[in-house]
Amino acid sequence: MRVLRYILQKEFLQIFRDKSILAMMFVMPTIQLIIIPLAMNFDVKDINIAIVDNDHSSLSQKLVTKVGASGYFRYINAGTSYQKALPYIENGAADMIMEIPAGFERNLVREGIQKIAISVDGINGTKAALGAGYLNSVIADFNKNLQLNIIAITKQPAAQPVIDITFSNWYNPLSEYKYYIVPGVLVLLLTLIGGFISALNIVKEKEAGTIEQINVTPVKKWEFIAGKMVPFWVIGMIVFTLGLIVTWAVYGIFPEGSFGVLYLFAAVYLVALLGFGLLISTYSANQLQAMFIAFFFMMIFMLMSGLFTSVESMPAWAGAIAHLTPITHFIKVVRMIVLKGSDLGDIKTEFFYMILFAVVLNGWAIWNYKKTT
Amino acid sequence: MEEKVIICKELTKKFGDFIAVDKISFEVNKGEIFGFLGANGAGKTTAMRMLCGLSFPSSGEASVAGFNVYRQQQYIKRNIGYMSQKFSLYEDLTILENIRFFGGVYGVPAKEIKRRSNSLVEKLGLQSEAKKKVGDLPLGWKQKLAFSVAIFHQPKIVFLDEPTGGVDPVTRRQFWDMIYEAAASGITIFVTTHYMDEAEYCNRITVMVDGKIEALDTPQNLKKQFAVKSIDDVFYQLARGAKRSAD
Repeated sequence: MRVLRYILQKEFLQIFRDKSILAMMFVMPTIQLIIIPLAMNFDVKDINIAIVDNDHSSLSQKLVTKVGASGYFRYINAGTSYQKALPYIENGAADMIMEIPAGFERNLVREGIQKIAISVDGINGTKAALGAGYLNSVIADFNKNLQLNIIAITKQPAAQPVIDITFSNWYNPLSEYKYYIVPGVLVLLLTLIGGFISALNIVKEKEAGTIEQINVTPVKKWEFIAGKMVPFWVIGMIVFTLGLIVTWAVYGIFPEGSFGVLYLFAAVYLVALLGFGLLISTYSANQLQAMFIAFFFMMIFMLMSGLFTSVESMPAWAGAIAHLTPITHFIKVVRMIVLKGSDLGDIKTEFFYMILFAVVLNGWAIWNYKKTT
Repeated sequence: MEEKVIICKELTKKFGDFIAVDKISFEVNKGEIFGFLGANGAGKTTAMRMLCGLSFPSSGEASVAGFNVYRQQQYIKRNIGYMSQKFSLYEDLTILENIRFFGGVYGVPAKEIKRRSNSLVEKLGLQSEAKKKVGDLPLGWKQKLAFSVAIFHQPKIVFLDEPTGGVDPVTRRQFWDMIYEAAASGITIFVTTHYMDEAEYCNRITVMVDGKIEALDTPQNLKKQFAVKSIDDVFYQLARGAKRSAD
């Protein structure tokens, strides 16, 4: 224990010596947490729509007005025929075309049925799907009112039974994107900072040659790894706290659940994550190698952790990889605690999972650090 | 009979097909200054790393300070000091911080660390530099400091791997004064070098060629044996036959 104290003293001295790195460790994630969620907004607005109205009737005018009034669309003046409008999709000026055929009003009133054509630019899948979805719901709404309009014109009561669905979003009543993304981004930034600084640390001593001087001392392997772990753990907890402050101050998101559970989980998560970084460090021969290996895994963590996409809807193999990365569980748990107010009982599976990660990754790092080769 | 602090029997290290150290056998007495000579790539550093517990031997037997190099590295490490070719103190820490760290991990009591580091800084004349980063010191001072740190915990044996590489002649001379002083206090010195004038300072020297020990005796006896005037010539006669090219 006495030896560990000297190691810790040395590690803290070295971290605090480089003030610019220290500042970066705190300032970078704070700035990123303020900027990134604002940009990562999946709510689609301002979809550019070209409307080709071949009917010029009062009903077609009504539909056009209704589309405009929904707030999601912006008209593009793209000419009077489908052929003229298509180049606007091709050059990206329009996201979709709605073509109202001639005889629209007549057919609707006489036969009660009329098809209209919607063409969507499918390159941006999200925008295409959401845009088509919005337009569909606008037209469905128009349909409903159409009944009333026709009834008003023909004076015939037409009672058609309709199932009307109402729904509410639990834990995120307004379905606001920020509630979903901000806690996830916070975890991601914590992971990036913790992962990189720990991955680059032991290998730095390898490059400087100081590890040889350590290896020839009676310092035990676990003491050396623990000496590296503790300072980064402290930094990680501070970064996490800063992140929670930003989450509250900038986005108004205050954890529903207990801080105790949140910090308990974060504490174990950081041990697992830093163990992983140190493991990379023990396998790498120089900082460039460590950087690339860390980068490789960070990309997987970023894109497969369920931060942007749902782990449940991934293919089985991808889901398996996602479950093998600690960050997936932490993102899930942070969302549960912050948004749902889950307590320790609700997250105990993830918690034991995380303890397992922490033990395995650190055990592996200690095992792989060899004082005698 | 003199106390043997290093006993080496047919110690061998292979890297694949390459035999870096080939069945070397020797003994080092307590308090001796034992020189290890050889061209670059002769296997000096590899042999030394096995004795320090940094590298497992492929075969053969060795004990250092009475402990086995295969199983008791942890005990060996408590009893030795080591200074590698590459300067390996923490450049971003100050002189005092480096001393405190290495003293601490070797289990020197805190009070003792304080007392010894003050007298050390005074002896080296580094009072005004004591709170400066080690990385800012000139090379000669760095080497003297590294040696002082290696013997700070008063080990039984200190291993020095080409400690004076790149250092000016005056500093080298001062460095050897420090080595003598350490030897006089009972620390056994195991030193590799390829400065032949330094070899003359040793009590006994071995010459390694291609992983084997080709000669082992006092400098005087070796000169007599090879009928030459200097160790330089002894070395030249032996190393001429070397098959391995210098790296």
